[in-house]
Amino acid sequence: MVTLNVNGQSHSYDGDTDIPLLWVIRDELGLTGTKFGCGKGLCGACTVHLGGVAVHSCSVTVADAAGKTIVTIEGLDPEGNHPVQRAWRETSAPQCGYCHAGQIMQAAALLAVTPKPSDQDILTAMSGNICRCGCYQRIAEAVRLASTGV
Amino acid sequence: MTHMFDMTSIEPGGIANVSRRFVMKGIVGSGALVLGASMLPRSAMSAWDTGADTMPGGTVNDPHVYVAIDPSGMVTIITNRSEMGTGARTSLPMVVADEMEADWLRVRVAQAPGDEKKYGNQDTDGSRSIRHFVQPMRQCGAAMRMMLEQAAATRWGVKVSEVRAENHKVVHLASGNMLGYGELAKAASALLTPPVDSLKLKDPRDFRYIGTGSIPIVDLFDITTGRATYGIDAKIPGMKFAVIARPPVVGGNLVSFDATEALKVPGVEKVVEVQGWPWPSKFMPVGGVAVVARNTGSAIKGRDKLKVVWDNGPNAQYDSVAFRKQMEETAANPCKVVRNDGDAEAALKSAAKVVTAQYYIPHLAHASMEPPNALVNVFQGKAGTECVAYAPTQSPGGCRDDLAKMLGIPVENVTVNVPLLGGGFGRKSKWDYVLEAALVSKATGAPIKVVWTREDDIQHDFYHTVSAERIDAGIDTNSKVIAWRHRSVAPTIMSTFKAGADHEAPFELGMGLVDNPFAIPNLRCENGQCQPFTRIGWFRSVSNIPHGFAVQSMVAEIAAALGRDPKDVLLELLGPDRIVDPRKSPEVADYWNYGDPFETYPIDTGRLRRVAEIAADQAGWGKPLPKGEGLGIAAHRSFLTYVATVVHAVVDDKGKLSIRQVDTAIDCGFHINPERIRSQIEGAAVMGLALAKHGQITFKDGRPQQTNFDGFVVARINDAPLDVRTHIVPADWNVPSSGVGEPGLPPFAPALCNAIFAATGKRIRSLPIGDQLKV
Repeated sequence: MVTLNVNGQSHSYDGDTDIPLLWVIRDELGLTGTKFGCGKGLCGACTVHLGGVAVHSCSVTVADAAGKTIVTIEGLDPEGNHPVQRAWRETSAPQCGYCHAGQIMQAAALLAVTPKPSDQDILTAMSGNICRCGCYQRIAEAVRLASTGV
Repeated sequence: MTHMFDMTSIEPGGIANVSRRFVMKGIVGSGALVLGASMLPRSAMSAWDTGADTMPGGTVNDPHVYVAIDPSGMVTIITNRSEMGTGARTSLPMVVADEMEADWLRVRVAQAPGDEKKYGNQDTDGSRSIRHFVQPMRQCGAAMRMMLEQAAATRWGVKVSEVRAENHKVVHLASGNMLGYGELAKAASALLTPPVDSLKLKDPRDFRYIGTGSIPIVDLFDITTGRATYGIDAKIPGMKFAVIARPPVVGGNLVSFDATEALKVPGVEKVVEVQGWPWPSKFMPVGGVAVVARNTGSAIKGRDKLKVVWDNGPNAQYDSVAFRKQMEETAANPCKVVRNDGDAEAALKSAAKVVTAQYYIPHLAHASMEPPNALVNVFQGKAGTECVAYAPTQSPGGCRDDLAKMLGIPVENVTVNVPLLGGGFGRKSKWDYVLEAALVSKATGAPIKVVWTREDDIQHDFYHTVSAERIDAGIDTNSKVIAWRHRSVAPTIMSTFKAGADHEAPFELGMGLVDNPFAIPNLRCENGQCQPFTRIGWFRSVSNIPHGFAVQSMVAEIAAALGRDPKDVLLELLGPDRIVDPRKSPEVADYWNYGDPFETYPIDTGRLRRVAEIAADQAGWGKPLPKGEGLGIAAHRSFLTYVATVVHAVVDDKGKLSIRQVDTAIDCGFHINPERIRSQIEGAAVMGLALAKHGQITFKDGRPQQTNFDGFVVARINDAPLDVRTHIVPADWNVPSSGVGEPGLPPFAPALCNAIFAATGKRIRSLPIGDQLKV
């Protein structure tokens, strides 16, 4: 039995702790905003904040996450109005939208550390997040907008 | 977001006193009010005729099916199309809302479950959503508006001509009295649908939403907060999670398995065999072994412990390198003639110069970010065996039919709910993964969510075809192109359905081969014999990718051979503005115009010329560029839409490629949502770059050699085009709407490779570019 602190709430989980955190967040806690994309840390769809740092939840075991602060897209802002979320809406960034929770979590983590990123900072920070619909132009614009005030 | 599946407040039953089927058969007597909407051919009210009614389920335009208004005035509009990123789920309800004078802020959208009898065709593919449904949805909205006006006129005891619907209310013009839509809802929905030829459509000048691009997609907020529900997010209490081990070679079979170790994995509950269908298996499951667990992570871990013996079957020798050689040999020799204007053979012999090039485009995987998955519950209900599915599918109607057939139950016992699709690109037009979940649910007696891992997705896809294209162009002493012979050799999608299918089908030949628009007197198209050893399926824009790549690369190759400007040569080959009708060309059999009437959607070279000119002008064609930079152009008609793209490529001294700017002009006729057209074009540039630069699936010993995004590389933000400029050709309502989802893709790769040639002198004929530019 481990305790997971997700979005400010404690959850106990009595299953195998050697599996990726992603599947407990999605299948056991029912927080499906965090997406499965590749299972190998290659696409960023499952990005969450672990101890304030953006991580691929497919590549972190439950055991490693236990006791740390976990924030998912559902917990990024109580009203869904984090500057990154607002910028995303302002630019109508998504097409299918599936990867965008991960994109937003990655962008929010970038801005937490680097509030005024350069264009190169944005491209570097966001390069781990794949969008197959190809919304990159607007994603770059949204991150820029979030950093300059929406 | 719970409202997607909440259909309880929708009452599409206003027509209950006369059943819709009864009305449709025309048994009801004359008199405007008792005629059903479907009495007259829809074309009677259509500005243009489409092929929509030849699709399964045809079209439905009845507001009793599509619109519900509750007493508070909240309007629910149903959408019959799957949402996979094009915006159709927003754009079509927006058309209804605009026509019925509903205030968009008081509209919610509900997703239709699979039921084509009720909602019309639901195949969200072929870039058809707007093209086939903009007219029925306008009619639907207009009918609803007129019913609301009728209800108000009756309430006030005045003539209907004295009232007007306006922004969610009906006004009595003389008195200024008003009734809100909520107040009129009950009376209006009790009325029968007015006959289609009595409908008064809005003057396009009065559109509030159509054509403005001012309405964000309905799911935007929920997408940004993680609340949007995709197929993979669906929930049924008590559900279990499964992954399946499938035959590593398509066409192979399960021989035996040992689940002892898998069952020891904590969280694993059951291991069951999954039935497979013989090759070619159409959309049926390929079979295998399912591991069922309390969560997907445990199921994956359990699957890793399975010991399985496979028979690899008849495709185990598939080797991409050998297959390519064989295809290129086929293309080097005469093939089946599929179009034959003039005498290309003789003209090639007499030509002063012959330019010959061979192009190769590999298999591609769809790799939608949401991999295939489905949640299905097969259970004993009041009606016997019932089946409820939550499936991210582009084809809920066909999926429902096959679920019923496979389970041996009436189709009425099957419900296919359609959550959002995390991308589709044609992969989710095939419903094998939904059938798998149904088999596992039936075997285990629990609701089952089957998730394909990325490895499953990349290794068991219905791949985009692989293609060898050879073009020989003959040029006379006046530098005129007098002969064009294009041989296309590529496995056909039909091979997925029919053993032995070994030539491209009319629908593939019609995608950029026999519909060649060039003004060349001797133009011959040939198609070589070719049989695949894997599953071939539709991939966004389908055969237009290889055909368009070859044709539009060849234009620039001819220009280079003549020392001329590629844009000038392109325009010259397009020739004078005219209609090109392949049906009149010798040897063209069953010409396929995307399933739509040629009369509505002819091949208009003037429109193709215009987009080429716009893209070139906007890109500053001809401007001086530094060394290592170049512009490339390509223009291609697909899905009845005209698109031209100019790519500005930069190749540094180490051969590193980047894209400075992309200008794409699109003429898709009357357009609904320019904002989503732009997003489709921006996305097409990224997907175009991905397939040109990185994308390939190769086979060795029958197995794909790529497994995940490390091997099957797609574009990332740091190599993607980030300055894509979309130029939409304005069009009135009298220019028929055509496709948008796919036609942006085909011109990108040839425009890019032409730009690379302009920048470096290096001609790319084989995709992906990979490290071909490395110095």
